[in-house]
Amino acid sequence: MKNYLKKNWVNWLIVIVFAAFTTASYTFDFQAGETIYKDNFIQFLKEMIVFLPFMFILIGLADVWISKEKVEKHIGENSGIKGTVYVILLSMIQAGPLYGAFPVTYLLFKKGASIRNIFIYIGAFSTLKIPMLMFEIGFLGWKFSLIRTLVTLPIIIVIALIMERYFKNKKFEVHDV
Amino acid sequence: MAVLIVLTVVCIILSFIFDKQKTKMGFKKGMKMFLNLLPVILVLIIVISIVLFFLPNEVIVHYLGKGAGFLSYVIAALIGSIALIPGFIAYPLSGILVKSGVSYSVIAVFITTLMMVGILTLPLEAKYFGLKIAIIRNSLYFVGALIIGLIIGLIM
Repeated sequence: MKNYLKKNWVNWLIVIVFAAFTTASYTFDFQAGETIYKDNFIQFLKEMIVFLPFMFILIGLADVWISKEKVEKHIGENSGIKGTVYVILLSMIQAGPLYGAFPVTYLLFKKGASIRNIFIYIGAFSTLKIPMLMFEIGFLGWKFSLIRTLVTLPIIIVIALIMERYFKNKKFEVHDV
Repeated sequence: MAVLIVLTVVCIILSFIFDKQKTKMGFKKGMKMFLNLLPVILVLIIVISIVLFFLPNEVIVHYLGKGAGFLSYVIAALIGSIALIPGFIAYPLSGILVKSGVSYSVIAVFITTLMMVGILTLPLEAKYFGLKIAIIRNSLYFVGALIIGLIIGLIM
């Protein structure tokens, strides 16, 4: 608890200041403050606070049930279609920002994954991560999420093919940092 | 929303039947992530509430709404390429922006570049792949994001 407050004190301070500002707005009948609170803040809050806990329980469950080691074992065994399926699966169970994907690509490279699959991994990493998909569906709707995924996948593959073609006869290396 | 709640409850029950311990662990993990994100989300909502108060919907719709033209894609792509916003914040933000009149296609461009193009992280990427590959990859995805936006604009 102490640790938690320590880590997040700036954000909680902003929340407290905003609460004080809103209270003052209502007390002194300050129109702008009231509008910001009841037309914007409360409307946005209602939507998020209700389903965020559910989303995070799902993410937590996915995290304990899907084992990274199992998928990683298969990487590089096959550089073809099967390898592609594995790198996509691997990317789905990751979390975090893009620069977190680079160390994994080094691992893929060392284990013998093809150039194409390495770049498919990077592309899929940004589109198909399970926690992110849940957020996308939650906040933007399953229709948008589905369309975006279906439109993005072929583009990821085309870009990976371009990269493979370009580097086919050149030296390609992923370095460890 | 109801679908999500039902899905969560079903998953918890299934998970519990198969493995009590794992379910507990997953539950705890999820709640911990939620509590860590909660203050960030609250601040995000506060900031957007204030910004949207000063920025009328008409202005947003004019520059980033449906029919705002190709320039809106370029703006979204540039912001997405430079900004370093985690997805846990980008999606709630996008959800609010859509409700304020920003078109789905612009949001798609923003999210795609945010996730796949990183100008600030280019030096880091270059350490792994070399500068040339990093630049080529980022440029291809920048163009790819614009194409994704155009296609989604045609569909939705």
